[in-house]
Amino acid sequence: MSPQTTDVLVIGSGFGGAIPAYHLAAAGARVTVLERGPRLATEEFTHDLGLGAYPRIVDVIKGDGISVVAGNCVGGGSVVYFAASLRAPSFVFDRRDAAGRRLWPASLSRAALDPWYEQVEQALPVTKLDWPDVSYAGGVLAAACDRAGHTCNPVPVAVDRARCTDCNWMLSGCRFGAKRSMLLNYLPAAEAHGAEIRPLHEVQLIRPSTVPGYRYAVDHITLDPSDYTCPTGAGTLHTKVLVLAAGAVGTPVLLQRSALALGGVPPAVGGYFSGNGDRVSVAEMDEGKVRSLLGLSRSATVAYEALHIGMPITAASFDRLDASAPQFSRFTLQQIYFPAVTNTLAQTAGQRWSGVAKKQMRARWRSWLTVLAMTEDEAEGSFGVPPLTGSFTRLANGLGLGTMRFAPTSGTRRGWAEADTHTRAVLERDGLATVRPWSEDVAGTVTAHPLASCRLGDSAAISALTELNELRTHPGLFVTDGSAVPTSLTVNPSLTIAALAERACPAIAARCAQYGVPVRYAPSDPLTGATRRGEVAEAARAVAVRAGA
Amino acid sequence: MPPTADIDRRAVLRGLAAAVAALPVLGTVAAPAASAAALGSWPVSTLEAFADTLVPGERRSSSDRAIAGAAPGPGAVQAGVIALLTSPELPLNPLLPGIAALLDARATAFAVSRLILLPIDRPPFVGLSFDHRTTLVARLFQADDLDRAIWQLLAFLVGLAFDTAAHRHTAQALAEGHPGLVWTGFPPPDADGLWRYPAHSYGTALAEPHPATTPSGSPA
Repeated sequence: MSPQTTDVLVIGSGFGGAIPAYHLAAAGARVTVLERGPRLATEEFTHDLGLGAYPRIVDVIKGDGISVVAGNCVGGGSVVYFAASLRAPSFVFDRRDAAGRRLWPASLSRAALDPWYEQVEQALPVTKLDWPDVSYAGGVLAAACDRAGHTCNPVPVAVDRARCTDCNWMLSGCRFGAKRSMLLNYLPAAEAHGAEIRPLHEVQLIRPSTVPGYRYAVDHITLDPSDYTCPTGAGTLHTKVLVLAAGAVGTPVLLQRSALALGGVPPAVGGYFSGNGDRVSVAEMDEGKVRSLLGLSRSATVAYEALHIGMPITAASFDRLDASAPQFSRFTLQQIYFPAVTNTLAQTAGQRWSGVAKKQMRARWRSWLTVLAMTEDEAEGSFGVPPLTGSFTRLANGLGLGTMRFAPTSGTRRGWAEADTHTRAVLERDGLATVRPWSEDVAGTVTAHPLASCRLGDSAAISALTELNELRTHPGLFVTDGSAVPTSLTVNPSLTIAALAERACPAIAARCAQYGVPVRYAPSDPLTGATRRGEVAEAARAVAVRAGA
Repeated sequence: MPPTADIDRRAVLRGLAAAVAALPVLGTVAAPAASAAALGSWPVSTLEAFADTLVPGERRSSSDRAIAGAAPGPGAVQAGVIALLTSPELPLNPLLPGIAALLDARATAFAVSRLILLPIDRPPFVGLSFDHRTTLVARLFQADDLDRAIWQLLAFLVGLAFDTAAHRHTAQALAEGHPGLVWTGFPPPDADGLWRYPAHSYGTALAEPHPATTPSGSPA
């Protein structure tokens, strides 16, 4: 039997995988996408907290000191994320580590990434919310910010508001086809250009290919759709160029396991893991004061009591994103809804997450307002010895034990403390609410924004990738997911992950050309196929030149 | 030999997690499965007492010992945590006696160290007062506890039983009056089982936007 081959193999189909899959397919390459999770159609997404429902497409991966929520389906994180689409503030790109070393490549600034941000905003597309789109919960945060002398913005989201029913089941995928996941833009556009997407294919090993003309061989297993712990087959694909986008919890582990076969991987692989500095707190609102202090009411008798109503993220304050402020004091404070699965993490006085007072707190659940501070952490996490298969030890659909460890440093703790103090100043003013962060007893710190575990940069000492997302010492192997993002972002990461993946595409195309794949890349819109001109076209040419095209 | 030596932690963890996957095949909340009886009353009581310590409820009868009766209204036990844990469909089932024994061993050690006299007619953990159960459970979740991951996953399941009726479809659980969903006030869906909120916003500007906001709505 002749070996299976492709020009460009993409591992993972979230933002980081779908975007290169589209552009390389549109450029003329044979593209194959391997995705560990299943493929669900819009009508298969459910409104159901039953564990036969969302655990089909979402994994909770528990590590030591940190737990991560990650997508596990075709479309990856884009299917289960909350659609907040924000550009990272300028100062993020200038962050330095404790030794004073620049963490982002010198070629990457906010201005340099802006054309790529715009490209993604148009492609998804992203919608600017107006106040009538902001949920009751977002409205309470906004009014509290205003009363405390702060600004607050409606958050831009990748949601088709004409289709949206404000149902608040985004973690389960979008039943109404309103959330603009990769399933609605880049992936179908890639398929229209001949890309093949293979769900339930879990990659185990990357090694040099023995097929002439092909650089990497990728060994995978296929998974039982009803039980992801059961393999149903195995295979190998040979590729000229490899794009690794298995997510910040998947990519480093796959490379660690493949290190011997690849003749080693850069030491930064599996280091510098960041949870985006995420810090979640629950505010118990005083309903009377929501009415008397904020002047808000839903009806004659109800001021708030609106947890679960509306889109999960609708409002955020940028007041603490002051570029001149010291590192570890800057963050976005955002309203967010977390499904009741996380109720256990909310705390009462005395840092209690269980017991009588906590049960009474549960009785006031509709008056909870959950807020997320995205702070500056020190990317102090790391991955231990990889498991025998997969990127974590899967215990069941939706649940696994990871090898990542996260022991918060003083800098990270300082960022969280700054956010806690500010959040209390806004929401506890005059007894409006009682605010407490989530407990770390049950799951460590919890993040849906894993980053930086295989990060790009200028220095081999602190980064695994070149400034153009290529794994150092391994030409033709690109990493384009959240693991490539060098630092926490102080905003939701999806738009930055997507913009960096867009920016990597001309470099990937240049490698394809060098390896004999006939490609003609130009930045284009996945929905219309129209070639982009202007700044993004110039930025693409500049990247291609640096990549040796 | 330490009391935990005969328990394979890895197997327990796998069992707990497999239980999560198998939850949807469970029956109703109210009726404990036949395998609960097979498990025996002592392990059931111990596991109920653990769940009741996390989400306490009122006693089912005056003779109820597993539920401490520390709080009015239904708790994790009434929400179906034992029916969930003991379903014959769950791979967790064979591990439950071991988990209960581990809890009872910890309760015995706790009682000995504090000169607490335990009654002999009930499992050691159940023999502790609610305050003592609470103190012991807090100890189980400290960072240096060898079995912490087991308690963390067990606590996760207890919370899921109460807060999400995880062994049921949410719309069905709401229609049946699931105690936890009723307690938290989880809103009902439309007639077709899907949620929609046409009224979702105060509808008016409630704060000034940041002056440096970009045209696309991002920070500068």
